[in-house]
Amino acid sequence: MTDIRTSGKWMTKLAACAAFVMLVILSIFIGAGEFSPWQAIHDPAALQLFFASRLPRTVAAALTGAALSIAGLIMQALVRNRFVEPSTAGTAQSAALGILIMTLVFPAASLAMKTLFASILALLGTSIFMMTAHRLPPAQPYLVPLFGLVYGGVIGAVVTFVGWQTELLQFIDIWTNGEFSGVVRGRYELLWGTALMAAIAWWVADRLTVLSLGRDVSIGLGLSYQRTLQLGLVIVSAISALTVVIVGIIPFVGLVVPNLVSRILGDNLRGTIPWVGLSGATLVLGCDVLGRLLRYPYEIPVATVMGVVGAILFLRLMFTRATHA
Amino acid sequence: MIQIENVSLSYREVPILSDITLSLGKGGITALVGPNGAGKSTLLSLIARLQPLQTGRILVDSLPVNSTASRILARRLAILRQGGAIASRLTVRQLVGFGRFPHHQGRPCAGDIAAVEAALEQFELQALAERFIDTLSGGQRQRAMVAMTFCQGTDYLLLDEPLNNLDMFHARQLMRSLRTIADERQRTAIIVLHDINQAATYADRIVAMRDGRVIADGTPATVLTEDNLEAVFGYRMQIRQIDGTPLVLQHL
Repeated sequence: MTDIRTSGKWMTKLAACAAFVMLVILSIFIGAGEFSPWQAIHDPAALQLFFASRLPRTVAAALTGAALSIAGLIMQALVRNRFVEPSTAGTAQSAALGILIMTLVFPAASLAMKTLFASILALLGTSIFMMTAHRLPPAQPYLVPLFGLVYGGVIGAVVTFVGWQTELLQFIDIWTNGEFSGVVRGRYELLWGTALMAAIAWWVADRLTVLSLGRDVSIGLGLSYQRTLQLGLVIVSAISALTVVIVGIIPFVGLVVPNLVSRILGDNLRGTIPWVGLSGATLVLGCDVLGRLLRYPYEIPVATVMGVVGAILFLRLMFTRATHA
Repeated sequence: MIQIENVSLSYREVPILSDITLSLGKGGITALVGPNGAGKSTLLSLIARLQPLQTGRILVDSLPVNSTASRILARRLAILRQGGAIASRLTVRQLVGFGRFPHHQGRPCAGDIAAVEAALEQFELQALAERFIDTLSGGQRQRAMVAMTFCQGTDYLLLDEPLNNLDMFHARQLMRSLRTIADERQRTAIIVLHDINQAATYADRIVAMRDGRVIADGTPATVLTEDNLEAVFGYRMQIRQIDGTPLVLQHL
């Protein structure tokens, strides 16, 4: 029985890798401009398209998906609740508020500066969420995500209100409705910061797993509980801010991917972070490719596609019980 | 040695512990008994630095618990609290393995892996080693938690009602395991117990508490008298002697 189970796990892992590679190839060759493997070798103009647009877009989608999923995973470990993620608990909305404030007060600031400020506000917003979440009765696990939804909604409403008053609603749409069509060379490189954050998360994976066992167990095992909590918050906030600034909010990724991976591989973060990242990259790439194909040659934003796909996956998660393996 | 000196604690003006002074020597099993709300669990969590001290001080091997680095204390004492629900999907082996965290900080060596295997064997968890803990019964999960605490390999083990959820077979097994590690490896176990006869049979010393105070303290034979038990639990119970061990007929 153990053999079947382990080989099943390996099949799933292999399938995830294959799907990822396939989607990378698809993402590179699908788009309004003409570009085929044949041209890639012979046509310098086509190569130009490849390096300026297709490759950046594919890399950005993969990075965003991986990072958002890992951010969701970490947030779930910090809050000890499976139904929270940055985009539904005020983190992404706080980041959007941050860029909005920067755009209003220091419009000349560089993208990096805006991102930094967005990260700080995301950190602040998430800290307030965490402090409140830890006070909610643990016997009612659904209160935490519900509170997160309301809290994120209130911050989002502030963003919309300020944007409406200052006639910046168009910009706000860019930050709150994630899409990759604007990603070209020179406009996405900051996203590599999310890879750095994911690497740090993997480095401290054991500490984060201990943290997810609760405060008492953490202290009993000698973990510096507060510092680990703060580090986790910084990782989550930085990833959210970077993706909001460059791509915009993409819903559900941070929610469904960690839950799906946890069903199969469990919650030992040292082992699951790479698979959460790979699955998240695959899902976002897949949704982006789908968005490019559905109304070809026009595009549907990845956030919209993910809203549908993610919701379906989430409903499936809710209605199927965890396999007892 | 664990020294508890003049420890008092109150929560919103309500006293939980009143001026406790106790000295728990190295080696042996000490059972904390008493009715609900006596302050046993609070005392245990103060020793394990899970709550800040309000007055008095607690020393573990001369290290003050409130000012010593948590990492250093984690190699001296391990605590298992009651009802600490683990929501994470870890396998039993992974969970028990995290007991070694204070020693390797996430990079286990061969010694750590051997310690995990020994703990799995000691608590008969090998057959369940690859199961996720959220698929286990309450008693199996409790055994996994005890194994994790044991695996931490500390001189002092603080266990808050470790027999919760355990059937008779495994409750006896756990008490015998504790006896073995106390006798053969000179470990010290401080256990909150509700089954007074388990305390009578396996503990070297019983500390009986009520309303945040120590009412009686000594060997089972000296503590388990009808007068003491009435003072602690509020009703008279009969006591029989079986082979020199007191047996309390608590249910009559």
